[in-house]
Amino acid sequence: MRQMPDGLLLIAKRACPTCALVEPLVSRLAAGDLPLKVYVQDDPGYAGDTGGAAEVVDDRELEHSWLLDIEVVPTLIRVEGGREVERTYGWHRDDWRRISGLPDLGADLPAIRPGCGSKTLDPGMPETLALRFGDVQFASRTIALGDEEDLMEACYERGWTDGLPVVPPTRERVLRMLQGTSRKPDEVLGLAPPDLAPCTVEKVAINAVMAGCKPEYMPVVLAAVEAALVDEFGMHGVLCTTMFAGPVVVVNGPAAKAVGMNSGVNALGQGNRANATIGRALQLVIRNVGGGRPGEVDRATLGNPGKYTFCFAEAEGGGWDSLAVERGFAADASTVTLFAGEGVQGIVDQKSRTPESLAKSFALCLRAVDHPKLAMAGDALLVVSPEHSRVFIEAGWSKARLRDELTSLLTFNADDMLAGAGGIAEGLPAALAGKQVPKFRPGGLLIVRAGGSAGLFSAVIAGWAASGPTGSTPVTREIAT
Amino acid sequence: MTQQTLLLDPTAERAPSARARLARPATLAGATVGLLDISKARGNVFLDRVDERLAAMGIAVKRYKKPTFTRVAPTALKQQIAGECQLVVEGLAD
Repeated sequence: MRQMPDGLLLIAKRACPTCALVEPLVSRLAAGDLPLKVYVQDDPGYAGDTGGAAEVVDDRELEHSWLLDIEVVPTLIRVEGGREVERTYGWHRDDWRRISGLPDLGADLPAIRPGCGSKTLDPGMPETLALRFGDVQFASRTIALGDEEDLMEACYERGWTDGLPVVPPTRERVLRMLQGTSRKPDEVLGLAPPDLAPCTVEKVAINAVMAGCKPEYMPVVLAAVEAALVDEFGMHGVLCTTMFAGPVVVVNGPAAKAVGMNSGVNALGQGNRANATIGRALQLVIRNVGGGRPGEVDRATLGNPGKYTFCFAEAEGGGWDSLAVERGFAADASTVTLFAGEGVQGIVDQKSRTPESLAKSFALCLRAVDHPKLAMAGDALLVVSPEHSRVFIEAGWSKARLRDELTSLLTFNADDMLAGAGGIAEGLPAALAGKQVPKFRPGGLLIVRAGGSAGLFSAVIAGWAASGPTGSTPVTREIAT
Repeated sequence: MTQQTLLLDPTAERAPSARARLARPATLAGATVGLLDISKARGNVFLDRVDERLAAMGIAVKRYKKPTFTRVAPTALKQQIAGECQLVVEGLAD
């Protein structure tokens, strides 16, 4: 513990009315038996009329206030033998009399007045002070920029961005981001492809800053990165494929609501900070830590706009099990599921009022994943809107029932899908002639509920054509703290 | 006086933190070299000589001129040079 000067320590700021109230008492305190030191956070002229009886310390740099862990001004501390024995904050007459040993102190003042916030707690200040006076160490190297450099342009020039501006990852911002998780900065989450570079919590925090995340998003971002680094997800292949796919992040559970994620109107679109930046943070980790950049290892022919960010929450409830529950997690668990997905293909069906009709509509649209004549290639994520889900729920169809019905509707006679059939060279191999084939591999059709309350529209998010063990399998990870 | 801002490196730190200059081309064969006169006195004398030397080597040369050395090159001129040349030589001082 730090050695402190014996006697009384008073920490104050001029702008605080309670500090102004007790200012006349400084002379009285200084005249007592205990030596008095006054630390002033804003105006070194505070308590200037004691004629030198009190030692007034200019603490505009806030070093002393920070080291003394001051949260409220005024704070009065008594130190004996180099150690703090008692402190009080605000003006509490009885406390001040006891701590100072002056039984008649402040007789003409009200009994109690609350204090004000210490300047050490001004927005952004705790991180600044911790970096200046504390023992903060980052494992990542620092890049020094001159004051003539535009910070955002500097990030572009170093190749750190996805094409959109990023928030410059200053040490203060990264320190704040790291406070969003209880995990240690040097914890390695896994090896980030394609370079197989160790991906630490600190590196994720830096990229989360750049993506625009709030610190409270960190647990979700960390779970998404962990899921991406699981071998089954096949992030290397998802990145380097010439096909369209990128990681689609679906968030379930209380964590999604806690950080204000959107599962409603425009759930798959723009406008929500958590949705936008959590998905982007994952992509920036792959770009910067993994070294996965378009035109280099990322060989996508066309890509898809979701490769900037593609992240949304499921609209849970309405009588359907959530994706997390279907994947074996508790109903109150918070999870992230990663799906290697392409873009959004809308399903417009404004006329079906029975589950049978609507399921047939869905099946017809799902058949187009990859190509209507291909099967067991890409998985699919079916996003059912609230109005569409109501058609099923009111008829007593669970999600599982809908999936079963779709599986049966999406089992085809291979003869119509063989290469060359219908005058189209693309298609299934001739060896499947005469067989029944399922459109999707077992477990390859995921269903979530999301969207605004108005609109008889749902959506297909096609998976990577190399779905399954040979390419990418959806991965779910529980969100920790 | 410079006041440095420190950023934390978001990468796996496999490349030097100082940005590397573009590598010099191994050969000028087939390249078009731009000569940019920034409108500073006698810059043209220097560039005329460079032009002669390059031409003698059979290398294609294009000449450009900034309206004034006191300002950065107009965007259209920069885009034109980038579209027409692989290298640029400019005389910076008199």
